[in-house]
Amino acid sequence: MTEFKMPSLGADMDAGTLVEWKVKSGDPVKRGDIIAAVETAKGVIEIECFENGILDEIFYQPGQEVPVGNVLATISSEAEFRQKASAQKAAEPVKVPEAVVVEPAKPAAQVVQEAMKAAIAQPAVSGDRIRISPLARRIAEDLGVDLTTVHGTGPGGAIQKSDIEGAAQAKPVLAPEPVRVPEPVSARPPEVPPQAPPVEKVAPLPVEASTEPVPEVKKPTDFQSAMRAAIAAAMSKSNREIPHYYMETNIDMTKALAWLEEENLKRPIRERLLPVVVLLKAVAKSLTEVPELNGFWIDGQHQVSEAINIGFAINLRQGGLITPAIHDTDMKTLDELRDAMNDLITRTRSNKLRSSELTDSTIVVTSLGDRGVEKVFGVIYPPQVALVGLGKITEQPWAENGTLSVRKVMTATLAGDHRATDGHKGGLFLEALNRNLQEVEKL
Amino acid sequence: MNESELKDIIIAELAKIALGSDPAALDLDDNLREGLDIDSFDALNFFIALSERLHIDISEKDMGKLNTMGEILHYLQAQKV
Repeated sequence: MTEFKMPSLGADMDAGTLVEWKVKSGDPVKRGDIIAAVETAKGVIEIECFENGILDEIFYQPGQEVPVGNVLATISSEAEFRQKASAQKAAEPVKVPEAVVVEPAKPAAQVVQEAMKAAIAQPAVSGDRIRISPLARRIAEDLGVDLTTVHGTGPGGAIQKSDIEGAAQAKPVLAPEPVRVPEPVSARPPEVPPQAPPVEKVAPLPVEASTEPVPEVKKPTDFQSAMRAAIAAAMSKSNREIPHYYMETNIDMTKALAWLEEENLKRPIRERLLPVVVLLKAVAKSLTEVPELNGFWIDGQHQVSEAINIGFAINLRQGGLITPAIHDTDMKTLDELRDAMNDLITRTRSNKLRSSELTDSTIVVTSLGDRGVEKVFGVIYPPQVALVGLGKITEQPWAENGTLSVRKVMTATLAGDHRATDGHKGGLFLEALNRNLQEVEKL
Repeated sequence: MNESELKDIIIAELAKIALGSDPAALDLDDNLREGLDIDSFDALNFFIALSERLHIDISEKDMGKLNTMGEILHYLQAQKV
């Protein structure tokens, strides 16, 4: 059995709000499947699964805020799941007619009241979830026992079968003494008001699989300010911790654009290539030659990444930007890259990004040429170690071999982390980029 | 197709590309890329949508010259759509 945890979707993320389960308990899942959607400062992100198996227990309901690292659900192998299910069935102590198990729909006021009660009561939790054996959970459900009222006597305060049965006999009416729900210690982006309504702090009750969102789903309070806070946190960290060095070079794009124009003439409009596709491929190819710029600086160590996942800076209309990863940029053909970028831009703007796209980028490329910017010196996205900036392609006087002519020129810049690399490596990269852009037909 | 019908189509396609914007508020000579804050990917997708909806081919060279509502209208009328 493995634990499916709330992933960190950026250095600046403390928690995410579960929006939806895409699967329910008992459903088979496989690596790469999108199994949940989580609201973060970067919008709603689709969370992928990294295991094959059966989605077993679900610990959070849609609408709940889940700290990074907390277990959202468990994933078991098929054998484990079957074994558990049959064990539970065999151990069921009371035969209850089917009809009695079905709970009548509760009035909305009661739902809110119960949620508030749960918010102020301290359940037997470790971290943020109730520790309870699957068998005890099943019995509690059958007997209608509120888990927040049960004192666990098992290992680590876990609720056991005997605790549930005891609680059912005692039929407690009152919740235990209210205990303060511990606040997370880490700093939060300001989208969470200090006086959050108690329903938003509902202690995460384990639930059986439900793909139905509960009515009080937490709405993104102020998307723009949350996004600003997220960018502010990451960029402040970068400027505080990363000793940046910068360099630039002018690249003659005349040949590359002529090749592109000729290529596009042969293509129907849907298959045309934009200059940025060629540029991204050239950056990826150059990174294979200077891999030191592609990777991370973590715990004082330079970690070069084997995969080249370029994070492409995409601005959002409502403000802010996201740099989702284009996986294995260097392995893609120009056509594959065009489709991948188109898909990524569309999904970024319609809030359909996947978790791996937010976490996997190994270097960021920002292209502000469309906005008329001639050169851009970027701020590295930690823990990455470099950022490539591409400017607008403009006609400029160009002296070469003693002759002056007018060429289409682009300024490429590099921001490097001086802890990981030196200017020499940066220079090698820009040189490789220039060379690769003179031979775009080989990309 | 008359000018008003063409304009409606252009506005409808722009609204799909530039979500949350109001293309109808643009003047005939406003630059669409700046006015709607669309990038080269958006622009290409807009021209793809336009060419497929009106069954015309818009060459890459022409695309580069079409920056305002007025220019696009004029171009489409010349294509006799």
